[in-house]
Amino acid sequence: MPHWLNLMIDSLPSLLWACVVFTVPLTLLSFVLGLAVGFVAAVVRLFAPGPLAAIVRFYVWIIRGTPLLVQLFLIFYGLPSVGIVLDAFPAALIGFTLNVGAYTSEIIRAVLLSVPKGQWEAAYSVGMTWSQAMRRIILPQATRTAVPPLSNTFISLVKDTSLAAAITVPELFRAGQRIVATTYEPLIIYVEVALIYLVVSSVLSTLQARIERRYARYGGYVGAAS
Amino acid sequence: MITLEHINKSFGDNHVLKDVSIAVPEGGVTALIGASGSGKSTLLRCVNLLEIPQSGEVHIDDTVARLVPGHKVSRDIILALRRKTGMVFQNFQLFPHLTALENVMEGLVTVLKWPREKAETRARDLLHKVGMSIKADAWPSSLSGGQQQRVAIARALAPSPKVLLCDEPTSALDPQLAAEVVDVLAELAREGTTMLMATHDLRLAATIASNVVFLDGGEVIEAGPAGQVFGAPVDERTRRFISILTANGPAGGQ
Repeated sequence: MPHWLNLMIDSLPSLLWACVVFTVPLTLLSFVLGLAVGFVAAVVRLFAPGPLAAIVRFYVWIIRGTPLLVQLFLIFYGLPSVGIVLDAFPAALIGFTLNVGAYTSEIIRAVLLSVPKGQWEAAYSVGMTWSQAMRRIILPQATRTAVPPLSNTFISLVKDTSLAAAITVPELFRAGQRIVATTYEPLIIYVEVALIYLVVSSVLSTLQARIERRYARYGGYVGAAS
Repeated sequence: MITLEHINKSFGDNHVLKDVSIAVPEGGVTALIGASGSGKSTLLRCVNLLEIPQSGEVHIDDTVARLVPGHKVSRDIILALRRKTGMVFQNFQLFPHLTALENVMEGLVTVLKWPREKAETRARDLLHKVGMSIKADAWPSSLSGGQQQRVAIARALAPSPKVLLCDEPTSALDPQLAAEVVDVLAELAREGTTMLMATHDLRLAATIASNVVFLDGGEVIEAGPAGQVFGAPVDERTRRFISILTANGPAGGQ
């Protein structure tokens, strides 16, 4: 067996372990929490009075205008100076959640607006409340439009979690760094790390295609104009 | 009895409804006619408070919404009025992510909390009534405009509303498809369904309306039994409006 293959096989268990125990949970948790933040932020911007919407605009402005790596450093290394000490994983989780929240709030706002106003009126005309109309009529239609852009965010997030290595979260990339430190084989190990990210992203893309096919069954929005 | 009293509605500086009062007799069809911009659609949408007037009163049986400038009308009253009305839109507005059957069931299940089986039975009856039984499991996108509008009529009738509000129900359809919708509405009229209908389709109005209200510039110009308003209009503006539409052909011009 060639040396490179041997090295890859030897390091695979610890890399997969780091992926399953840190990268995947960090991705899933921050995506789900980020979506919740994004939904609330989008609804506030669309439906809440001025001052609340201004706070949300400020939040999105800050998060989108500063590097994710700097945000993670501020949370993990900066906050202890004001007495807030967080472990690496929660610090990363907060950082990624806030990041996902800001980006998805814009996506969610756009897809909620993409549902024709007449659908709200039709829902109201059968006696629905705002929350019934949102849950039963608007969200299901908006979700369909949101799948491609949200999948984009999700796949970016998988790869962005490698930044958590910089604040000592022992995820996939950091596990790779550790192996390189002992084997002095950066090319082989980082190729292996890259391949694992590639596999995870590809699985997610397949999942996205499947979800889109499921939504395709009901066709277009005929007669929903105006 | 459904009555609107002293309704005033403005959009910005545009005073769309000027102190409009109408009564909709039960068991009959009242047609709101008038040119585009006369306020007939807005008036219709004030009945279920899709548009909230600045002032006036909406009565449906013992449910009353009193609109006073500067006061918000309570959510409970809005919901109560909407549960006593059903609405059919110009562009159908079926829920595209639900099948025809599910569209009709939606209000019963979500709003009235009926069990699904009971709602489904009711929905199938209504789809049968509008001649759409065989399309019960079809998605709205696979239906023609006329078929979508018939499903929309079934959806609006599902909770047994006191009044069916129709906003230009045939205007988005070509004459042939409009005819199948007119047939369904005429059948409902024969059965004594109370309807209030904004339309500039004079054939539709002449076929099924028992009463006609002519609006111009946000004011009621003339109101009365259909035969009288169409046959012997009193006001010059009504006469002109009817003659223009009649000249445009039997279907009424757009």
